[in-house]
Formats: sequence, structure tokens, C-alpha cells
Amino acid sequence: MSDDDTIESEIETAIRDNHPALITYVCAGDPSLEATAAYVEALDRGGADLIELGLPFSEPIAEGPTIQASIDRALGAGTSPQGFFELVDELETDAPLLVMTYYNMILQYEAAETADAPGTDGASLRGGPGVGPFVERAADAGLSGIIVPDLPAEEADPLRDACDEHGLDLVFIVAPTTEGERLERIMSQVSGFAYVQARLGTTGARGDVSNATHDSLARLAEYDGVPKAVGFGVSEGDHAAEIVEAGADGVIVGSALVDIVAEHGSDGDAPAADALEAKAHELKAGAIRGADETTPPKDTPEPEQP
Amino acid sequence: MALDNSQQTFGQFGGRYVPEPLEDVLADLADEYDRVKDDDEFQAELDELLRDFAGRPTPLYHASRLSEKYGAKIYLKREDLMHGGAHKLNNALGQALMAKHAGKERLIAETGAGQHGTATAIVGALTGLETEIYQGKKDVERQQMNAFRMEQMGATLNEVTRGGAGLADAVDAALEDLIENFDNTHYLVGSVVGPDPWPRMVRDFQSVIGEEAREQILEQEGALPDAAVACVGGGSNAMGLFHPFYDDEEVDFHGAEAAGKGLDSGQHAAPLSSGKEEVYQGMRTRVIDDDVEVHSVAAGLDYPGVGPEHANYSETDRCSYHGVVDEDALEAFQDLCEYEGIVPALESSHAVALAKQVAEDMDEDDVLLVNLSGRGDKDVEKIANEYLA
Repeated sequence: MSDDDTIESEIETAIRDNHPALITYVCAGDPSLEATAAYVEALDRGGADLIELGLPFSEPIAEGPTIQASIDRALGAGTSPQGFFELVDELETDAPLLVMTYYNMILQYEAAETADAPGTDGASLRGGPGVGPFVERAADAGLSGIIVPDLPAEEADPLRDACDEHGLDLVFIVAPTTEGERLERIMSQVSGFAYVQARLGTTGARGDVSNATHDSLARLAEYDGVPKAVGFGVSEGDHAAEIVEAGADGVIVGSALVDIVAEHGSDGDAPAADALEAKAHELKAGAIRGADETTPPKDTPEPEQP
Repeated sequence: MALDNSQQTFGQFGGRYVPEPLEDVLADLADEYDRVKDDDEFQAELDELLRDFAGRPTPLYHASRLSEKYGAKIYLKREDLMHGGAHKLNNALGQALMAKHAGKERLIAETGAGQHGTATAIVGALTGLETEIYQGKKDVERQQMNAFRMEQMGATLNEVTRGGAGLADAVDAALEDLIENFDNTHYLVGSVVGPDPWPRMVRDFQSVIGEEAREQILEQEGALPDAAVACVGGGSNAMGLFHPFYDDEEVDFHGAEAAGKGLDSGQHAAPLSSGKEEVYQGMRTRVIDDDVEVHSVAAGLDYPGVGPEHANYSETDRCSYHGVVDEDALEAFQDLCEYEGIVPALESSHAVALAKQVAEDMDEDDVLLVNLSGRGDKDVEKIANEYLA
């Protein structure tokens, strides 16, 4: 459980110190791990306060076409967990990094590590594979948190425990339909921030910010121990402004950035990196604009952005 | 471990590993299922359709010449005689009726080889619900006849081109459709796979197979069988046969997985005989190893995972699972043709091949119940051209 945390997490600190925070996503390995390094640094320069790195999984559930295609490109380029962690080992950013991946990648990390162990053949480990080795490696690499879209809160105890042991945050997603007992269960497991999904449906940049955002933030108002960041369908500075105005502590942007990556493909990292930096700048400025139009939350320091 | 009745697991397997927006949709589906399964009116309506439309009960037939050849008393549960030519319709009827009761307007389904897509198209036409089938582009091309049949019955066929353009990609496309359209849409999953509630829902709709067989064998033999045999891809026909015998501990269960070109060949579909535990397509279950290419001569067994309840049957030794290679399935296909005048589906031929192996350790008056899950018309061209040429 995370309720009794006395030391604030790196992620929570990053959000509170840079309020309203910009959280960005790119899929590692699209189009290559080298390019991802350049993109992450560009987002960091552009004003991202947290950076989510996707660790691609071959069987994602209900990703929109943009992210799905990015995952396919990353897998096509041979991105593996080993390569992913080596990338993170090398990255030096001001923004804390999170890994976003599917639960099977976390479970199979141990299986991959122990595949050669005699007498197991990976098959009959009673109780099944464990989450420890992945979390340990993630902590070693300097990651600050984990997001697992397909892990229900009901099944999250082992990962929650491992994250606590290694000082990582475990972020959960709250959908517009999440309420009552389910919401309570999720909020009892979450740390770092609550990822508020702006609308139903799959990921992808959309033209408007849904009313569901307002409803979700209202529903979450009583859980004031953890910041709330809103994602899904955010592609422009104005969306960011609107979301922050609605009361979010942060804005999450994925598909709009992945579109930039896709557009530039492998024809040189520099133009894509420049475009990502500019986009991050626009979004961060939008978020700040949104914050200016609402009552300033207490304890909010001046944003460092120009 | 079950926290409430919306989270169904089988030992360590099963569950509902899906993104949060789907959780709610599946919880509603589970509630709806829990409501209809104890509703007499719903069950009466389903029973009537199973009888008058689908042709149930299917016969239990003592295959005497095959029995003599294999050396045990073999009974065939003739799901091949059901409308549509396979057991698939039991489940499709149940779910379509449920969708109708819940006020849904659309049915969607994934299909690999097209058998489940066809069953869904049948119930779509029957219920008048708008029907859309997702099928990988590769599969559409390989299965022109089924594509034609589905479209003739009014279903829209959506070719899926993403990823590997196969069954897994069709499942993903259908899930996305469900997330976007859950208000008016029911996703009719074709086997005992995926996140809860599908594994238990499909099992229950298929359990009519085992319920009938249990009654029939008691009537014909005056005793329970010594063993029951069925083929396992996702595992719906096997679960439908086994489940009603679960508490009859004296009845041994044998599941025939597709060993393809051999368990060591790197080309098979036998995750219980050779595979590992994974979280796959929303469930915790067993899946073939990453370096194995999924393959079976039988398109319906060509699936990398298996229903989570089978994974638990295997873990707890309630059922023993055996890999049956393509060659043995083809031999069993010919045996059944020659000795009984029955042309079985290649999937069901795996069950017959395993029955032959199981019979080797039995006395000739030991009773072996085999689920003949489908007929082989769909396979004859392939067999003639690729294997017996």
C-alpha cells in the first residue's frame, strides 16, 4: 500500500514542483533506440516534466492505431527489454522516467532471465512467474515508475510490493467509467499520479477534450493525496490549457508525439527531435496558460518555463 | 483468490487482464450473464432454439467397427451432426440470445479459419442483429468459401490488416470495436478464452454437450464412461464435454492438443504439453514458447494459447493433455472415414487419434467417450490436395 508513504516520490515531486506538469510518451525503439534517446532528450529540453517510455509488447490490447503502429515499428526494429534497459541506463534527463508496458512483459522478464536454469524449462514454476526481476532492473536503470495498462488493481499486489521494495511508483489508469468500489481499489494501489483517461475508447489524438474529463476530476477530488494527470486525445496547447483549467495537475500526451515520430520516420533524428521539442514547448505553455486561468493551487511554485 | 463474483479465476489462471475502460464493460457483461444463466425463461428459449433450429440433442453413437479396430468400446458424441456442422453454434446461440435480451443491436466476432465467424453469421441472421466479423486478411484469402457464406447470411466481413493480419489481430480489432461501441454491441467470443466472463460463459453454453452425453451414456451403458476424449485448441468443445463430468472422478479426461509437426519441431500449437505461463489476450494461461511458430493441420486448433480452465485442469492433473501430430490426426481421419463412414473435421480427428492411443491401455469393454466436434467437409479439399495427393 502506498498510503503510509512518508517520503514523497520523485514523480510526485516532479509534478508538484512543476505544476501544471507535462507528461509525454514515446515508444522506445521507434524507429530505433538511438533515435529514442535523442527524442527523450528533446522532450526533456522542451519542458516535459515526466517522460513515459513504452516498452513494446507484441500483443497490446486496445491501443489506438497510432500507438499500435509505433509499437509494431519498435518491435520490427528488434526492441527487447534488454535493449530498453540499456537505453534507460544511458539516459540523463531532468524529467523522471517511467516505463509503460503490458503485464506479460514484466512477468516474462524473469522467465527470460531464468530460461537456462536447469530443471525448470520455464514451465512448472508453481505460483507462476514473478515480477521482482523486472522491477529490480527498472530501479537499477534509474526508472522512477511503472504503468501497466492491462493490470487490474485486484491482481496488482505482487507488483505493488515489488515497487515499494525498490522505491518505484506504480501508476494506474482511471477511466470515465471507473467508480465506486473499483475506483477505491485503484486509488488504494496507486502512487506517483493517477492517470485519468479523458475519454472512453482507444488511444489517439482527438480534436476536443471530453466532458468526461471534468466528471472524472470531480469524482477524484476527494483523493487529494495523489496528483491527477489527464491523458488520451490531447494534441494541442489549447487542450492542455482546458484540462488544467478543469483542475488537473498534469497533462499526458502520447499519440500527438508519436505522430511526429512516425512522420519523420528514419529520415534523420534531428528534425523529429526539433519538432518534438517544439511540441512539448507548445503543450507546456498551454498547460501554464490553463493554470493561470484558474485559482492558483496553494504551494505551487513558479513554473520554470519561459 | 476470487474477490467478488465479477472476477473469475481457475486456480492461478484466468482473470481479467484488460485496460481499465474494458473492465467496466466486462463487469456489465458478467452481470448480464449471471442474470440470464438462472433465468428460466431465457433457458427455455435457448433450449427451444437448440432443439428446433440447431438439431439437438445430437446422437451418442457406439462406433462398433472403430471400437474393434482400436480395442476399446468407443462412443462418439456427434456434434458434427449439429446445424452448421460443428459444436460452435451452441455457444453462438447462447450469446446471441443473451445479447438480444440485453437490448444490444450488433454482434461482433473474431474468426480465424471462419468456422466461428460462420456460426456468428448464422445467429446474426436468426436473431436479426447486425453482424460484423473480424478476420485477418491472410485468413480471408485462405478461406474464401467461409467468407462467401458469412456475407450471404448478411454479415459484414472486416479484413484486419494490422500486425500479422491473423487471429490475434482480429481479436484485438474486435476488442477495440467493443470499447468504442459497447452500448449497443455484444462481442461474441468463440471459445473458452479471453478475459472473464467469456471462459466460464462459453463453457456453460457448451456444457450441453457433456450434459447430454452423460445422460445418453448412462442410458446406453448403464454406467459412466472410463474416459472422455476431446481436442483442445482454445478448448470449448472439450470444456463442454468435460465440465458436466468434473465431479465424476472415475472418468479420466484426455485432451488432444495439436502437436503439429512434433513438439520438438518448433511448429505446433500445444501450450499445455510444451509452453509457459503468460498473460495473453486478457487472461493468465499457458502459451506456446516465443520461438515456436503456431501450426496445426487443423485451422481450428491453430491457436498459441488455451482456455485458462484447461491450464488449471492441467496444473491440477484433472485432465491429461497429449500432443497429437498432424500425421496421426490424418490417419485417424481416414480411420473414421473407412470404418464408420463418417468424415470428421481435422480438429476432431485429433480427438480420434488420441482415443486410439488411450484405447491401447484399455480393455476392449472399457468405455471411451469421444467428442466428434465437427464434420470434415471443410477439410476434404485441403486433405486431397496437400496430404493425399
